[in-house]
Amino acid sequence: MTSETGVGASVKRKEDKRFLTGKGRYLDDINRPGQAYGAFLRSPHAFAKIKSIDTAAASAAPGVVAIYTGADVAADGVGGLICGWAITSKDGEPHKAPAHPAIAVDTVRHVGDQVAFVIADTLAQAKDAAELIEVDYEEMTPVVDGAAAVAAGAPQVHDDVPGNLCYDWELGDQAAVDAAFASAAHVTTLDIYNNRLVPNAMEPRAAIGDYDSGNDEILLYTTSQNPHVARLVLSAFVGIAPEHKLRVIAPDVGGGFGSKIFIYAEETICAWAAKKLDRAVKWTAERSESFLSDAHGRDHHTTAELAMDANGKFLGLRVNTIANMGAYLSTFATSVPSYLYATLLAGQYTTPAIYANVKAVFTNTAPVDAYRGAGRPEATYVVERIVERAARDLGISPVELRKRNFIAPDAYPYETPVIMTYDSGNYPLNLDTALKLIDYDGFAARRAESESRGKKRGIGLSSFIEACGIAPSAAVGSLGAGVGLWESAQVRFNPTGGVTVFTGSHSHGQGHETTFAQLISEHLGVPIENVEVSHGDTGKVPFGMGTYGSRSLAVGGSAIMRAVDKIVEKGKKVAAHLMEASAEDIEHANGVFKVAGTDKQVTMAEVAFAAYVPHNYPPDLEPGMDETAFYDPTNFTFPAGTHIAEVEVDPDTGAVEVVDWAASDDFGNVINPMIVEGQIHGGVAQGIGQALLENAVYDPDTGQLLSGSYMDYTMPRADDLPSFKIETTNTPCPGNPLGVKGCGEAGAIAAPAALMNAITDAIGVEIDMPATREKVWRAAQSAQQAAE
Amino acid sequence: MYEFNYHRPGSVDEAVGLISEDAKILAGGQSLLPTMKLRLAQPSDMIDLAGIPGLSDISVDGSTVTIGATATHASVAASSAVAGAIPALAKLASGIGDAQVRNMGTMGGSVANADPAADYPAALVGLGATVHTNSRTVAADDFFTGIFETDLAENEIVTKVSFPVPQAAAYVKFANPASRYAIVGVFVAKTADGVRVAVTGAGGSVFRASDMEAALNGNFSASSLDGIAVASDDLNSDLHASADYRAHLVSVMAKRAVQAAGG
Repeated sequence: MTSETGVGASVKRKEDKRFLTGKGRYLDDINRPGQAYGAFLRSPHAFAKIKSIDTAAASAAPGVVAIYTGADVAADGVGGLICGWAITSKDGEPHKAPAHPAIAVDTVRHVGDQVAFVIADTLAQAKDAAELIEVDYEEMTPVVDGAAAVAAGAPQVHDDVPGNLCYDWELGDQAAVDAAFASAAHVTTLDIYNNRLVPNAMEPRAAIGDYDSGNDEILLYTTSQNPHVARLVLSAFVGIAPEHKLRVIAPDVGGGFGSKIFIYAEETICAWAAKKLDRAVKWTAERSESFLSDAHGRDHHTTAELAMDANGKFLGLRVNTIANMGAYLSTFATSVPSYLYATLLAGQYTTPAIYANVKAVFTNTAPVDAYRGAGRPEATYVVERIVERAARDLGISPVELRKRNFIAPDAYPYETPVIMTYDSGNYPLNLDTALKLIDYDGFAARRAESESRGKKRGIGLSSFIEACGIAPSAAVGSLGAGVGLWESAQVRFNPTGGVTVFTGSHSHGQGHETTFAQLISEHLGVPIENVEVSHGDTGKVPFGMGTYGSRSLAVGGSAIMRAVDKIVEKGKKVAAHLMEASAEDIEHANGVFKVAGTDKQVTMAEVAFAAYVPHNYPPDLEPGMDETAFYDPTNFTFPAGTHIAEVEVDPDTGAVEVVDWAASDDFGNVINPMIVEGQIHGGVAQGIGQALLENAVYDPDTGQLLSGSYMDYTMPRADDLPSFKIETTNTPCPGNPLGVKGCGEAGAIAAPAALMNAITDAIGVEIDMPATREKVWRAAQSAQQAAE
Repeated sequence: MYEFNYHRPGSVDEAVGLISEDAKILAGGQSLLPTMKLRLAQPSDMIDLAGIPGLSDISVDGSTVTIGATATHASVAASSAVAGAIPALAKLASGIGDAQVRNMGTMGGSVANADPAADYPAALVGLGATVHTNSRTVAADDFFTGIFETDLAENEIVTKVSFPVPQAAAYVKFANPASRYAIVGVFVAKTADGVRVAVTGAGGSVFRASDMEAALNGNFSASSLDGIAVASDDLNSDLHASADYRAHLVSVMAKRAVQAAGG
C-alpha cells in the first residue's frame, strides 16, 4: 500500500454518502416533463391462446393515452427480443430460438407474460384501464418442470420446438469417460436439483422512454447493468432506433445480480411508445411483477457419476443436466447451462476425463438466465456434493479426498478436459486456511457438546472454482457469443488536476466509484477526492460491455490501467519538455515525473495544466490530457477457494442454524479489502439463501408461481446468518495488469454446497435444496429410524 | 389501490354510524392496506379509528390486563405494566411480524381480522380473554369462528380486550421463515380455572388442545405431553409445512411452552 487511498486500502466507499443520505438517484426518482405512466396487463394463465382482446372500454377510460397490444407492436415492425449466444446441439443443429415478442401476439406462455400496455396520464388511471381490457383466453395445460417438459406427451410450449428441446449439447470426451468408468474401482452417483431462484434486487426494474422530436433521438432510462449492450440490441435487433439516435442511461441501480443484464420487453416498449406518442412514458415494476417477469436463476436437474480408483483418485466425471429455460430465451440464457457451467466441472481437481450432456428445455415459467454466478454455482454444486458423497462412500475424510485430487500449486497453466486453462491458484493453501479459520480439529468436541443439548452438529466443505471476466472476445465468439467481451475506459484530466474516469462497466452496488478511483490515486497520485468515476450513460462514456460475471475490475479495471499507461506516456513527454530533458530520461511513479538521477521533478497536476495551457509545450505533441483505452483480456480469471459451513440442527423441528462460516478465497490482488469482504458477505448470504430458504415454486398443474411474494418466498435475513470468518490468499492473476481475479460471485458459488454438505454431515441423509425445516426434520426422522 | 372515501370519526359511536355494506374499518392497516394495494380489496369507505381518544389505552388492574383496540403491538411489547402482569403477552407482542408491523399493527385489528396464523388469537384463547365491542362482551372461546371469521356483527367494532392474569403462561412460536406469521404457535397458561392450551397457525382458526390441557391439569410438566398429539386431519397444509408436520410441531411447541412457563 502506498497511501491511505491507494491499492490495498480499505477506503470507505465514496458513493455511500449519497446512498445513505437518500440522495441516490434511482430510476423511479427520475421524472421527465409531461411524462405518462404505463402499466402492463399480464397473463393470469401459464399457457393459453389469446382468442381476442377488446380494448374499447379501456381506451375510453379517463386519462388513457394509448393502449398497445402485441398486434400493434408487430404492425409497427418492432422486432422480438433476442438471445445473444448461439449454442450448437450435438447433432450440429443450432439451438431453437422461438419468437419472443415484447407483447404476446396469439399465445401467452407463462403467468405474467405481457398481454397489453396501457399508457395514461397517471399510474392509477393506467391500472384502472388495464382492468377494463377484456381478453378471451383459451387455456391449455402447462408444463413447468424441466424434466417433465422432455417427457413423452408433455405439453408443447412452442409449436416450432419439438419436445420442448432448445438444445441437446455436449462437452468433453465421452469415449475417454466411458473408459475411465470401465476401469474404476468405485463409482459414486448423485441425483440433484438446483432450485430455481428469483433475483430480488432491492430496486425493481423500471424504465422511462423519452423522445426529442427535434433531434429524432430516443432517450431511454433503464435499470441496466450494461446500457451499451441494451442500446446495441434495441438498435440492431429490435429496431427501435439507430444507435446514434438512441441514448441509454442506467443511473444509480439498486442491485442486479445478473437480472438487469438482459434486454426485457418493458424497456423496449417504453422506448418505442415514447417515440410513437412523442411523450415520455414511465414504467416501474411492482414487486409482484418482479417475481413474475424478472429472469429467474438456476433450475437444473442433474445426474452425475464420479469414477475413482481404489485410492479415491478421480478418473472420470459424467454429468447429465436438464436446464429449464422458461417460456422464452432471455438475452444470454443459452450460455448459462452450457459454456458457463460444463466448463467448470473439473472444479479444483485433476479429473482427467469429463463428459457433460445438457438438455435445455422450454417450460411455461418465467425465462431463466444468469443469476449471481450463472452456471458456475451449478457446476460447483454438482462437483462439491459428489465429492462429499464419494468421501462418505469410500470412508475417506472429505479433506483428504480433496487433497488427493487437487491440481498442484506448481501445475499452472493447467488445462482441464473441459476446455479451460486455469492460470494460477493454490488450492491446498485455501483449504488449509479455511480449516484453521473454523478450527476443524475442534469440531468433534463441538459436536459432542451439541449432542449433549440434543442437537445434531455438522460440518461441510466446498472447494469452489469459477471463471470470471469472460474472455477473450475471439474465444467467446468461437463459442457462440454474439458480442465481444472487452472493456473500455477513458481517463480525462481537467486543467486543474482533477480526473474523471469514464468506464464502460456499470456499478449497481459494487463500489466502482471507489475502487476505480483508488487505481487513479495509486498510479497517478491524484487525491481520491479529486477523482470522479462516471458510468452508465451511453451519451458520456465510450462503448462498454457492462458489469456481470465478476468482470469489472479484471477487465474494466485493466482498461483503466491501459488508459493510465497512455496518460503516463504522454505525461513523460510533457514533463521532459518542462524540465528540458529527454523523454527517455523521465521516470514516473505515483504522479511524479522525475529526471532520472537528478532532483528535478514535476507533478502530474503540473503536467496536466501544461497540456491544457500549452504555452510552453512540445511542438509536436497534441494538447490535452485525455486518453481512451480498450482492453480485451487473454483468458478468463479463475478465483477459487474453500468455504466451510458449520451447522446445528434441531432434530425436533428440522431447524438448521448456521453457527459458523469460514471462507478462504484467492481473488488475486485486492484493491479494497473492505469492499471484497462486503462482496463475500453478500455472496455467501445469497448462497445460504438458496440452500436454506429461497425457492421459486410453480404449481405443476396450474403453472401459478406459488412463492410469488415475500409472504412465501424466503429471503435470507441477518438473523439467518453467522458472523463470517474470512481470509484471502493471493496468487496474482498472470492474465491482467492488475493481477486481479474478481470476487463478486464467489460467495454465492461456494456457499450452497458447503451448507448442504454440513447438513448431510449433521443428519446423515442427503436432501435437495432448499433445506427447509420440514425436509430436514423428515430426513432426520428417517435417518433415526434407519439407525434404530 | 382503488379510490375510497376516508373517514376519521372522533368516537366509537360515530364510527359505528359510518359502517356501511362495503366499508372497512381501519386500525393499523397491516393486513388491509397491502390487500388494497394489490387491488384485492375495494372498500367504498375507510373508517379510521386512529382519531378516537382513549381507544389505545393499556391498563392493568389487579387481576386483569386491558388493552385498547388501537394499542399497537409495539406499545403492548414495551408496556412494563403488561410485562409485569402477563410477561408472555408482552413477549408475544414483541414477536409479531417485524418492527414496522409492530409499530402500526393493533390489538383490535389483529383480533377482528382473525388471521389463522396471527399470534394474538392464541393469547386471547390461551388466557381466556374477553373481547369488548361497542355493544357487548364475548368470551374469546366463542369469538374466533373460522378462517378470517369472528362472531362480530356487521355493526360491531372491537373496543378492547381484557385478559385475566394467569399463574404462569408462555407462548412459543414456530414462525413462517418468510412472513414470520405462526406456522404453529402454542400459548399455554396455568389459570385459576385450570390449564389452557391454545394453538394458532396450525388450523383454520385458533383452537384449544383439550387432551393436552387434561394431561397438564394432572401434572404441569412437559413430559406430561409425551405421546399426546393433535390430529392432523383438519390442519393446514401449504408450501411451508404439511399437516403432519404441523401436528408434530404442535406437540413440540406445546412442550417448549410448558417448559417456558415453568412446568
